[in-house]
Amino acid sequence: MKPLENLVVLEFSQFMAGPSAGLRLADLGARVIKIERPGKGESGRQIAIKNLFSGDDSIVFHTINRNKESYAADLKSPEDLERIKKLIAKADVMTHNFRPGVMEKIGLDYATVSKINPRLIYGVVTGYGNKGPWAKKPGQDLLVQSLSGLTHLSGDKNDLPTPFGLAVADMMCGAHFAQGILAALIRRGKTKQGALVEVSLLESILDFQFELLTTYLNDGGKQPERAKQGNGNAYLSAPYGIYKTKDRYIAMAMEDVDVLGEKLGCYELLAYKGSDSWFVYRDEIMAKLGAFLKERTTAEWLAVLEPADIWCADVQNYEEFLNHEGYKVLQMEQETVSADGDRIRTTRCPIRIDRQKLFSPKSAPKPGQHTQEINKAFELV
Amino acid sequence: MIKPLEDILVVDFSQFLSGPSASLRLADLGARVIKIEKPDTGDICRQLYVSNVIMNGDSSIFHAINRNKESFVADLKKKEDRTEIWELVKQADVVMHNFRPGVMERLGFDFESVKRVNPEVVYGEITGYGDEGPWKNKPGQDLLVQSLSGLTWLSGNGDKGPVPMGIAVVDILTGAHLAQGLMACLVRRGITGEGGLVQVSMLESVVDFQFEAITTYYRDGGQPTVRSLKNNAHAYLGAPYGIYQTSNGFLAIAMGSIPQLGELLQCPELLHYKEVASWFDKRDEIKAILAQHLQTGTTEQWLAVLEPADIWCADVMTWDRLMDHEGFKVLEMIQEVHMGDGYSYRTTRCPIKIDGEILVSDKGAPKLGEHTAAIIEEMLVKHTGR
Repeated sequence: MKPLENLVVLEFSQFMAGPSAGLRLADLGARVIKIERPGKGESGRQIAIKNLFSGDDSIVFHTINRNKESYAADLKSPEDLERIKKLIAKADVMTHNFRPGVMEKIGLDYATVSKINPRLIYGVVTGYGNKGPWAKKPGQDLLVQSLSGLTHLSGDKNDLPTPFGLAVADMMCGAHFAQGILAALIRRGKTKQGALVEVSLLESILDFQFELLTTYLNDGGKQPERAKQGNGNAYLSAPYGIYKTKDRYIAMAMEDVDVLGEKLGCYELLAYKGSDSWFVYRDEIMAKLGAFLKERTTAEWLAVLEPADIWCADVQNYEEFLNHEGYKVLQMEQETVSADGDRIRTTRCPIRIDRQKLFSPKSAPKPGQHTQEINKAFELV
Repeated sequence: MIKPLEDILVVDFSQFLSGPSASLRLADLGARVIKIEKPDTGDICRQLYVSNVIMNGDSSIFHAINRNKESFVADLKKKEDRTEIWELVKQADVVMHNFRPGVMERLGFDFESVKRVNPEVVYGEITGYGDEGPWKNKPGQDLLVQSLSGLTWLSGNGDKGPVPMGIAVVDILTGAHLAQGLMACLVRRGITGEGGLVQVSMLESVVDFQFEAITTYYRDGGQPTVRSLKNNAHAYLGAPYGIYQTSNGFLAIAMGSIPQLGELLQCPELLHYKEVASWFDKRDEIKAILAQHLQTGTTEQWLAVLEPADIWCADVMTWDRLMDHEGFKVLEMIQEVHMGDGYSYRTTRCPIKIDGEILVSDKGAPKLGEHTAAIIEEMLVKHTGR
């Protein structure tokens, strides 16, 4: 039995952070129903990358919203709102990411709906919390990364601030959102009481930096300094980073520089004794190591370093990775089939429960695809 | 407020970041977390220094990851210590570890064994790459997993080699996924009374992190990932998405119409890009024009033009400037915690709010074995009823 079987989640959330949490809950067994505007549905349906669509909906939307149902409702129509309230009365969780004040206007704010359903877990995602000068600023991933200091951690010393090339603030926030909702459900199991769970992109991206922020808060406020070339982490000493080899690249994690010099036969590195010097002379060490590693191929280096238990790896692109036996053995892929019969290959939930991988062939819904079914099942009309 | 996981006991054998970051989350949500550490050295993370910062004898990152926990020292190969650990896992709601495949089986505290004495246990395991396949014995280290998984080709500019994400993102995601799995099983246990086994791996977690890009890769027939030549912020998005230099700092611009930007910024060259498709196809060209133009004004000047027009943009801050900003202060994201010996330090808090309240705890990270004696005493009292 999937752990969240029989739980009903109503997802008013759009775009990525909220819906990625909904996807996780769905994969863990919950029945997730997107509440969408009739016709157009959620705005995320139109957000495409590389202009890839399946039917009217972007592949991105399909990726985030598979394994869900859709119920169409116009929250400004009194009849629809009445049905939604009936649905809320029977739900376990609802989530939204409207800007502060919107749900109050509609009459679906926590204070109101917790009277309809005192056991409801009510989740809210914002960009920056609901007070302060940024409360109304667009909660968009790149903007949150930029404000939070994160962009000074990747890339090399002379590069511009370098964002993470993925919607990392959305993803982290979605992960925290799912955690908060699950924690509240555990408490409800004991107290029978619902809860309000709130997360924001900014708090999540700050939590994401907790190790380095704690270092910064206790080292006298030194600014992060990225390595000159091949930076892997602004706060770690040589050799941590990525190096060019004769034919490709190689990643080197933490290792004692003198041990590494010995095992590689790069005797210049033996001059650096003691971990302090590996921080102080990081750029110098990395440059020397880099020049040395260029002499042979990645495969040749791996053959020397892996048996010596030096932490290193090849640097692969998608084609190499996704065709590698180490990836295939995970069975990380699955196929969903849309209402139009379009097959979409995508990934599965990364969590295994009771030794089972969690799969679901259910595709993302069309707007309102399940309205009638849900009307009947929940006796809404 | 009753914290949601109050009365949940977590016995945590894990070290470094992935596992301990999951138990930190459980602790902040109200659970009691007992770290099981080996004698003398404890969690290796205690000695894993970043920037050489040592705080009260341990690394700064250890302090960040392990606040709000207790420490119990035990040699898992020693008979007396094992007896105590058996007592602890019997009482635990959650048991978790991140040893390499097979190690816990050899130590004898694997899921099947623990389940025999504690049928309701929710048991969590983290590996680097799962427990089968060619990588199963490879070190589960963040940069290595980033490098193997294709992730390093998403950040940085197209004229650079692979660029890692400068945070242990894989560890942190894996920990987040473990916490989700453990809590989902605790929800189920509340209904059915049965325990469960939760397994995550760093490799599966980093695939999940790239779910959009990988699904795109499948869909477009396996085309290579191409980052924009300069000002890249997302390999799959068109101009203007990126960070640009200004005359006094930097400016991030997310989505926006290129001709509209041309008008607002008074950059006529941008007016030519009327076709939406060109914003992707010609992004290198467009970004080069923008990059040059934005250097002619200050970040504040540009924000003053773009924000009122509802263009999604932002200043690019350092931590210094962020922490001085009212938008940060209002979050109350920093808390001070105190260790048993009186040492205090500042760190971040849990990012989740419950019932309108932030979750804080003033308990600092434990000294190695700080709570061993007290926990033995407490267990004996509980066990013998004396």
